[in-house]
Amino acid sequence: MSDTHAQTVAFVRDTQLPPSPPPASEVGLVGWLRSNLFNGVWGTVLTLLSLYAIYAILAASLPWIFNGVWTTSSLAECREVLDGVRGGCFSVLTERVNQLLYGFKYPAAEYWRPNLALVLLLVAALPVLIYTLPRKLLIITALYPFVAFWLIWGGTILTPILGLAGFVAGYFVFQKLSTSSFGAGFFGAVISAILVWTIGGWLIPDNANANALLPYVPSRDLGGFMLNMMLGVTCVSLSIPLGIVLALGRQSDMPIIKWICVVFIEFVRGVPLITLLFVASVMLAYFFPPDSNVDLFLRVVIMITMFSAAYIAEVIRGGLAALPRGQYEAADSLGLDYPQAMRLIILPQALKISIPGIVNVAVGLFKDTTLVSVISMFDLVGMIRGPILSAQEWNGVYWELLGFASLLFFVVCYGISQYSQWLERQLATDHR
Amino acid sequence: MTTMTDPPQESFRLSMLLNDTRYRSYTFQFIALLALVMAIAYLMSNMFANLRDQGLFLSWAFLGEPAGYDINQRLIEYDSQMTHWRATVVGVLNTLLVAFLACVTATVLGVIAGVLRLSNNWLVSKLMSAYVEAFRNVPVLIWIIIIFTIMTAVMPAPRAFRGDEPDATMLLGLFAFTNRGVYVPAPILGNPLFGSAAMGWLLIVLGLVGSFFGAKALGAWANAKQELTGERPTTWYITLAIWFVPLIVLLTIMGLSWDIPALRGFNFGGGLTIRGSLIALWFALAIYTGAFIAENVRAGIQAINKGQSEAAASLGLRPGRIMNLVILPQALRVIIPPLISQYLNITKNSSLAIAVGYMDITGTLGGITLNQTGRAIECVLLLMLFYLTISLAISAVMNVYNNSVKLKER
Repeated sequence: MSDTHAQTVAFVRDTQLPPSPPPASEVGLVGWLRSNLFNGVWGTVLTLLSLYAIYAILAASLPWIFNGVWTTSSLAECREVLDGVRGGCFSVLTERVNQLLYGFKYPAAEYWRPNLALVLLLVAALPVLIYTLPRKLLIITALYPFVAFWLIWGGTILTPILGLAGFVAGYFVFQKLSTSSFGAGFFGAVISAILVWTIGGWLIPDNANANALLPYVPSRDLGGFMLNMMLGVTCVSLSIPLGIVLALGRQSDMPIIKWICVVFIEFVRGVPLITLLFVASVMLAYFFPPDSNVDLFLRVVIMITMFSAAYIAEVIRGGLAALPRGQYEAADSLGLDYPQAMRLIILPQALKISIPGIVNVAVGLFKDTTLVSVISMFDLVGMIRGPILSAQEWNGVYWELLGFASLLFFVVCYGISQYSQWLERQLATDHR
Repeated sequence: MTTMTDPPQESFRLSMLLNDTRYRSYTFQFIALLALVMAIAYLMSNMFANLRDQGLFLSWAFLGEPAGYDINQRLIEYDSQMTHWRATVVGVLNTLLVAFLACVTATVLGVIAGVLRLSNNWLVSKLMSAYVEAFRNVPVLIWIIIIFTIMTAVMPAPRAFRGDEPDATMLLGLFAFTNRGVYVPAPILGNPLFGSAAMGWLLIVLGLVGSFFGAKALGAWANAKQELTGERPTTWYITLAIWFVPLIVLLTIMGLSWDIPALRGFNFGGGLTIRGSLIALWFALAIYTGAFIAENVRAGIQAINKGQSEAAASLGLRPGRIMNLVILPQALRVIIPPLISQYLNITKNSSLAIAVGYMDITGTLGGITLNQTGRAIECVLLLMLFYLTISLAISAVMNVYNNSVKLKER
């Protein structure tokens, strides 16, 4: 029976059928729309709601932006031009742009100085940001703070040169002494730098600022977005080394150093930045010698640097903790001492892991520089709330100014976070 | 035959303090301690010299003096004749109030935005990304000012509600949004038990706590029954009853009525007043921190291995149960620590109240009290102590939680 059946098999396919195309509703634009926008009742409702939200936002903002007036000199005039039509009075931006960017006291003839400092900042930041550039270029970065200080504050060029000389002296002493011992090199460097600064301080005459090449601008004349940028850049760059030291101190085997670092970090992280700024504005003056007069900008820099150093220390501690124990042991078994092991093995890896966290802290800190407006420094927000909104001709122009401020901060912060994501991809050496 | 001898006893040399690992750490610690003590001594001597010059001495007596300023948003009785200490307490309560409100709102917003950001719906997920990026990259101070401007410059003045054809009307006849604040109906207990209204509200809170435990016990009973028999008794209507019957009974006994705000003279009277500054701070903190929480939630959900949901699906669980029973319990372990640190951030950022004149502790103690009495050191120290206490308390809670959910590994 079975073999007769075997003979009667009538049909064996010897070629494969071509696959039939998916239904039209699953491919192309329609398929994309169905799976991404109109996926079930709930998906459709969400899509319609989102569309409505987008419509509402655009309907409110687009006419306001496109009907905007850019060339009047006061709000009343602007309202006259608009004549009841919905539109923004962007003329406040064109008229007060210098105040928004530089504050209201920075001499107008000197605006090129902060501008040049900003351009140089980008140049000096390049070797740090793009790590494939030759390492020699880092010398430019190291010189930048002194050049920028001279450009922005002006006055005698002797001050920044003296500052630089202290660091150079420290560097050479360190090179000389650290061959025998790191400790001797470190303390020798600190002592020699302080010596250079003290002696140099006596040598600079008191009236050196009088007829300097660049006119001297006191700190209280700084303002606007420039102040935010300066505070952000200065405090972040100062707080990264301090944060590394604190993180290493917190990991240290030496109990006294460990506890100093722990108490400092936890204290600073436990209080809001505003209270630290209060310390800078009303309390720090008590701690300086009675006849000294440390200016507010420096006091604020000190406090913000301490603040962000504590946060950066915690980020770096996370990076240190994430390293496998074997890395420390491998460094020990190579016979490296502590500074060498940290510099050559541990920190390069730990810092790489910490980059996203450090960038988060940096972005957060840059945003927090707006808080200085609370202690009556005229940064971007302080300028808007103070001189500009209280000026008679612009009293009542809120959205244009606040929108401008938001936009500036958004561009900078978003740019930084995009850069950090790029850097993370570049530095990813694990093959996943 | 060789004899082993000890290496010659090395005599102590000064350079060993720096180079010998046996002594080096003592040297460093000694130097650090010395530097710290000297720095503190130097700062302290400066401080006392400066204080002496101004004829001031550290003293806390100013806290007992009359404050002399008014606080328009307060949770407890206060008037300008009361002491600075009382004003400080009002400020503390205001801080806690705005922090609590903002934490709750931020969590709701953040969870919704975080889950929607992972949605299959392309438009919704892009919209949520836009929300997160826009709010994370602009300072919270600017958001506070923007919302405060909406509350004060855009909202109509109370007089716009007057007349036969007013420019503005109350929402549902119950809520009035004005540039002086938002007026909402206030619940009033007609005849509270135990005399005072505060006791009455306390009783209601106790009732709610009782309902919570009752509902929990019911759930435990249902679980036990399910374990035993395999069938879960229907409990949802009993749960509803446990929650609402005692509440309604209590409220009826104590005679709940609503005090609805109404226009009296030039301003609204009656009801509860929520000042624009409180609303600005509340919503700005909530929306701003919500964007961060959304990122935490997204990261937490994405941290769960895809194999987990596939394994759950292969066990035959439905998508809702996969989320509730498999994904969320594991994701919460990742989400909650950063969530709590966001709560901490909200509490600390609530000190920005001073920018919009909301009288939290920074506004009272660190603002007007400091300026009136000139007691900068005492005020700032007290302010820091307060925030430090809150931070440490929240970190302690977080540590307890972390230990309780830690993966039990061998």
